[in-house]
Amino acid sequence: MRHIESELRRFVVDNFLYRRQSHFSDDDSFLSMGIIDSTGMLELVSFLEKHYGIHIDDTDLIPQNLDSVTQMAQFVRRKLLIEEPAAAISSNATAYPA
Amino acid sequence: MCGIAGVCSADGSLIEPALLQGMNAMVRYRGPDESGIYREPGIGLANVRLSIIDLGGGHQPMHNADKSLWITFNGEIFNYLELRQDLITRGHRFKTDSDTEVILHLYEEQGENCVRSLNGQWAFAIWDSKRRKLFLSRDRLGVRPLFYSIVGNDLVFASEIKSIFVHPEVSRELDLLALDQIFTFWCTIPPRTAFKNVFELPPGCSLTFENGQAHIHSDWTLDFDGVWNEQNSEEEYVEELSHLLNDAVCIRLRSDVPVGAYLSGGLDSTIITSLIRQFSNSELQTFSIAFAAPELDESLFQRETVTFLRTMHQEIYCDFSDIARSFADVIWHSEKPMIRTAPTPMYLLSRLVRNSGIKVVLTGEGADEVFAGYDIYKEAKIRRFWLQQPASKRRPGLLRRLYPYQANLSKQSDAYLQSFFSIEKHTDANPFFSHMPRWELTSRLKLFFSDEVLSAIGSYDCLEELRAQLPAGFNSWPPLCRAQYLETAILLPGYILSSQGDRVAMAHSVEARHPYLDYRVVELGARMPPNLKMKVLQEKYILKRAFGGGIPSSVVARPKQPYRAPDGKSFFAGTGPEYVKESLSPERIRATGMFDPNAVSALVQKFTQGSAFGVKDDMALVSILSTQLLVDQFVTHFQRGGSSCATSNLNYAVLS
Repeated sequence: MRHIESELRRFVVDNFLYRRQSHFSDDDSFLSMGIIDSTGMLELVSFLEKHYGIHIDDTDLIPQNLDSVTQMAQFVRRKLLIEEPAAAISSNATAYPA
Repeated sequence: MCGIAGVCSADGSLIEPALLQGMNAMVRYRGPDESGIYREPGIGLANVRLSIIDLGGGHQPMHNADKSLWITFNGEIFNYLELRQDLITRGHRFKTDSDTEVILHLYEEQGENCVRSLNGQWAFAIWDSKRRKLFLSRDRLGVRPLFYSIVGNDLVFASEIKSIFVHPEVSRELDLLALDQIFTFWCTIPPRTAFKNVFELPPGCSLTFENGQAHIHSDWTLDFDGVWNEQNSEEEYVEELSHLLNDAVCIRLRSDVPVGAYLSGGLDSTIITSLIRQFSNSELQTFSIAFAAPELDESLFQRETVTFLRTMHQEIYCDFSDIARSFADVIWHSEKPMIRTAPTPMYLLSRLVRNSGIKVVLTGEGADEVFAGYDIYKEAKIRRFWLQQPASKRRPGLLRRLYPYQANLSKQSDAYLQSFFSIEKHTDANPFFSHMPRWELTSRLKLFFSDEVLSAIGSYDCLEELRAQLPAGFNSWPPLCRAQYLETAILLPGYILSSQGDRVAMAHSVEARHPYLDYRVVELGARMPPNLKMKVLQEKYILKRAFGGGIPSSVVARPKQPYRAPDGKSFFAGTGPEYVKESLSPERIRATGMFDPNAVSALVQKFTQGSAFGVKDDMALVSILSTQLLVDQFVTHFQRGGSSCATSNLNYAVLS
C-alpha cells in the first residue's frame, strides 16, 4: 500500500518542487513548507482525479485531506473505497507516467 | 523625446567621437530624426533626437549664449511656455522655441534648483564648463530612464544600459543580488540595475560629478504626510482634481506633431481620451490591444468608448505566437529579466502607433497608483479586515469575490485562503503587509536558482535593503497610503513605466505622456483622505465622481480588469520559436549558470506535456527565459558599436 504514497510524493516533487528538493517526510505540511499555492491546488486536484479516477468535491478541499503525503494518500484510499471498492483493494491503479 | 548619452572624464581627457557615436547608435530608435555629439576636454555629450517640439530649432546637444553650458535632454517640459515667458520678462533672450533651451536658461538663473520649477518627464545632462561640473537630473516619478556607471576616472551615462556597455572599460555582468530583487519585487530597487556596477539614477534625483566625485541628491519624494493635515470637503477635492487633471492633459497636448491616445477600455484611459476631446475637435487617433483569449480581452468596452468619443481607432490583435515572436526583442529593449510577458503587447502596440504616423500618445498610466485602483489595495484591506476576526466565516468570502477571474480561488476552503493570503502570518506591524503575498509568491521562483547563485546571494535580504530606504514618516501613514507608496516607488518606475512603458514605446520611436503622473495630481492624491480613493471596496472613487459623467456609464460601472497578457504557454503553442528551446536547453542553462538545469527541465516538461497550471509555472517560465535571453544578448553576444537592432539579437538566439 506504499505505492500511493510514493506516487504522490513523486508528483509533488516533480510539479511543485521541480525536482529541486525531495527531503521532506510524508507527514510534513505542504502549507507550512509553502510549496502549494492556490493554482497548485487545482493542479493537485486535477492529478488526483485523472490518475486515480476519483471525483473530488469542493467540500473536500480542506487541509485535513490534502496537506501532506500521508493525508492525501489516506484521502485517496477513502475515495477509492467509496467509489470503486474493488479497485482500491487491488490498489496501484496505473503506473505513474514517466 | 530622445536618447541621451555621455562620458565625463575627471582627468580632462578628450572623449573619442567614435565612442559617443557608438553610444548613439545603440539607441537610434529613441531618436531617429537627428543625432549629434559635443566634445571638449573632459566631456562628451551625445543625443539622438525624436523631434516633437520646435522641429527645426531644437537641435542637440544645445548650448547657452556664451557656450558655457551644454545640454543633452530626453523628455518634455510641459510647462515650458509659462517658464519661457517668465524668463523673457526677466531679460532672457531665446534663440529657439524649444523646451530644451528653457532648461538651459533656468539653470543659468537657478543652478541645480532649476528642476524644482519643471513640470514634465525628463532625463538630462548639463555640462557646466566654467565649474567643470556635470549635472544629471531625472523626473520625479521616473518616466524617463537614466543610467550611469563609474569606471576609473570616467562617469558614463545614458538613457539605456546598452549605450553604457559601448564604453570599453565597462564590464557586463549580471548582479545576482539584483536577480534576487527581481525575483521578489518584479524589478530592482534603484540605484541597482540587473547589471553589476551599472546604476539607475533614482526617480526625482539629481547627480553631480565634479573633481571625480559623484553626489546624488533627492529633489522630490512621494510622501503622504499631508494626509493628516487637510480637512477639505469631498466637493473641494472633486473640484481640485477636475481642474488639475484637465490642466495636466491640456499641457500634455503641447506638441508640434499630432498626439494620439492609448485606449484600454478601462476607466483611466477613457477619462483621458474624453478630456482630450474637450480640448480638441480635430481628429483623434486612438489605439488598443485586443487579445485572442476572451478572459484577457477588453475590445467590447474599447469599441463602446470609441463610438462614444468619436475617435479614429485602430487595434492590434494579439495571440500566443505574437508574444513568443517578439519576446526576445522586448528583453533587448527592457534590459532586465521580467516575470510577466505583459510588456510584449505594448511593444507591438507602439509599432502600430508609429506606422500610423503618430509620435506621441497620452495614456492612463498612473491612475491605479495615485487613486488606488489595483486589486492589491483591496486585497490588503480585506486581509486586514479578516485579521481582526480570524474565525469569521463571512470575511474570507470577500477575497473570493475580489478575484472572480481566478476560478481556483472561488473553490478554496477558508483554511487554504488563510494560508494563500498569509492571514495571521503578517500583521499590520509589517511595513510590507500589503505586498507580502505577492512578494512571497514571486520569491518561490528562487527555487530555480542554481547552487552558485544561491550561495552568492547567501543571507542577503532584499526586504532589508528596501526597509532602509523607506521615508521617515512611512509607518505613520494610513495603511492604504503605505501600500500606494510601495507600488508607486517600486513597481511603477521599475516595471510599469520602464519595461512596459518607455522602453517598449521608444523601441518604435513613440513618446508616451501620462497626465495622472503630473506631479500636482500625484501630490493631490497623496494628501487626499484614503476613503476618497477607495470607498469601502470601490476603487478610484474620486475619479469616478469627478469624471464619470463624461464617459460611457458601462465603463464607470464595470469591475476593474487588470491588464494581463498570455504568459508561459505562448512559448509552447505549436512548435514554438526555436530560440525558446535553445535558451531553456540544459546545456544553455548550465552555461549561463543562473538556474538549476534539472529544475528547468522539469518545468519545461510540464509545459510540453500541457500540464503546466497557473501563475507560478507561468512566472517561472517567463522569468527564466527572460534571464537567459538577457545574458545571451548583453553578456555573451553583446557587440560594442554593433547593430542596435533588436532583431539581430533575436537572430543570435536562433543561430547559436
